Amino acid sequence: MIRLEPRTNPSQAMIILTPILAVLATMVVGGILFVTLGKNPFEAIRMIFWDPLLGEHAFYYRGQILVKAAPLIMIALGLSFGFRAGIWNIGAEGQFIMGAVIGGATGLALYPLNSFIVFPLMIVMGALGGFLWAMIPAFLKIRFNANEILVSLMLVYVAFNFLIGMVTGPLRNPDGFNFPESRSFQDFPAAHNPELWAGTGIHLGVLSTLGFVILAYIMITRHIFGFNVRLAGQAPRAAKFAGVSPNKMIAICLGLSGALAGMAGLFEVTGPAGKLTTTFPLGYGFTAIIVAFLGRLHPIGILLAGLLMAVTYVGGDIIQSQLSLPKASIQVFQGMLLFFLLAVDVLVNFRLRISKRNSK
Amino acid sequence: MDISIVSLLATLIVAATPILLAATGELIVEKSGVLNLGVEGMMIIGAICGFIAAVNTDSPLIGFIVAALAGAALSLLFAVLTQYLLANQVASGLALTLFGLGLSALLGHRYSGIRPPSSPKMEWFGMAELPVVGPIFFNHDMMVYFSIFLVLMVWVFLKFTRGGLVLRAVGENHDAAHALGYKVIRIRILAIMFGGACAGMGGAYLSLVRVPQWTEGMTAGAGWIALAIVVFASWKPWRLILGAYLFGGVTILQLNLQANGFDMPVSYLSMAPYLVTIVVLVIMSSDRTRASLNAPASLGKIFHASS
Repeated sequence: MIRLEPRTNPSQAMIILTPILAVLATMVVGGILFVTLGKNPFEAIRMIFWDPLLGEHAFYYRGQILVKAAPLIMIALGLSFGFRAGIWNIGAEGQFIMGAVIGGATGLALYPLNSFIVFPLMIVMGALGGFLWAMIPAFLKIRFNANEILVSLMLVYVAFNFLIGMVTGPLRNPDGFNFPESRSFQDFPAAHNPELWAGTGIHLGVLSTLGFVILAYIMITRHIFGFNVRLAGQAPRAAKFAGVSPNKMIAICLGLSGALAGMAGLFEVTGPAGKLTTTFPLGYGFTAIIVAFLGRLHPIGILLAGLLMAVTYVGGDIIQSQLSLPKASIQVFQGMLLFFLLAVDVLVNFRLRISKRNSK
Repeated sequence: MDISIVSLLATLIVAATPILLAATGELIVEKSGVLNLGVEGMMIIGAICGFIAAVNTDSPLIGFIVAALAGAALSLLFAVLTQYLLANQVASGLALTLFGLGLSALLGHRYSGIRPPSSPKMEWFGMAELPVVGPIFFNHDMMVYFSIFLVLMVWVFLKFTRGGLVLRAVGENHDAAHALGYKVIRIRILAIMFGGACAGMGGAYLSLVRVPQWTEGMTAGAGWIALAIVVFASWKPWRLILGAYLFGGVTILQLNLQANGFDMPVSYLSMAPYLVTIVVLVIMSSDRTRASLNAPASLGKIFHASS
């Protein structure tokens, strides 16, 4: 009979070990999944985890990893503050879309003004778009006690429909062929977010992400705000007595994550995506939730988790083209990773005790 | 504009049924004190598994049974995580949804564009021929009546049976229930599996009757709306019907407006069900004391027996 015995303190070793355990377990069960799909599991696992980093064509894939990791990390950083404080913004996908639409629209409205001010203005508007979209669930939670999980999620569908309305209406490329897409940002240098060094995949969003990781690290470990966030999550009553206003916490955490998601959306649409289309949102807002948990809600952890998740994205593209597996198989893989992580998490706060049945 | 009230009401019931089924299951889960946010994932797994089974056996009934089993099987993952491994319920529910969406796309990638076998209408001794009442109430397939019957059964179970009392006790105060000798974890796992089975059937109703075909991500938030409807119903079974049919009405109305060329882009009309859900949620939650009186007191809390 295996029994769980609470630890007096969370195990520091397990905090670091469990994500690695989860990845290994995912590889094993994922391998079994590939066998059932009739593929060589070792080949598939190698393509997902090895080829993007050190394989034959890795010089191309490495840039792709950074391109995909940046938005994931940026969104997950914002989410991690709320998750720590028990505020569940799961509508980051919607805030990502709104950032891209509002920021993108700002740039498109100024077309063809070639001024250095255009792009900074777009970044600000993108962040503002995501921020305001996240303030809707925040306001409804504070004023009307409405569940922020459900409201923020409903707003993802609203945002997606808004995007469709925009690219088939006001933002449709006037010089295009009536396709539901906006003008390409590549043809508008002042609003373009180009690759800074050819072949590296590094654009302004990637650099900003690095900056945010450092900023978030300082916030969470050195700043009173980070302390309050942790306090509100672990001991809500104590936080109240210490003068941490729960309402203010909700507004700040949701607003912060919304602004970061919106900014990530803006960098994505002006850079890697290139234009607003109906297929532009790729689910980064949802995957970022996995990244936040896998990274233990810690900035450095999120950085590593985001890179790992980006590797699986790129690896997913490789197995899709080389083993002709459906795109969804990598989504299953990522979902499984979160499952295993949650499962092995029990080892952080509990230790396993094996006892004889009759001793009970 | 050409909108017939009778056909509107008849299609409203069809549109509401998947959500009603899923919400009924989730009501039992939440009454036992567990918040399973994975309804969307269980629904879509039910949608594809039911679809595959129905297409291959040519029997919608087998489709619904397989969907219920698939939903329950997926919910068992959530049950193990939250009940035995004491994982956070919000995170585990999200994981279930993400995993379910991926797995369903993987299972279903060869099934798009196929028509499922059609579900026969129930025979009500010719009452379907009645004017007005006939097409609205007596011209549906079995699952529509089953969903209402299920609400009735859940109401009877919660209100008049000992099992229902125990379930509610576990949801209100799991420590007290444990002290009385009830098997908190076992009861909760059963409740979670019932919720999974209902969500699976709701999903299958989407792919087999409502749409009817398989497309990736076809639930489009229906599972989340079911969660909102449980809040709207203040955890009372009969109000689920009201909530689900209200939502069905909004969906059908906007679809009819689209079809009749109402002067508004389709994408803005499509927002309506989600916006209405938010409004309803706000109205039902705004009275904090009432909202907290209705919600099961142990909802979302982790239970770990000390001995």
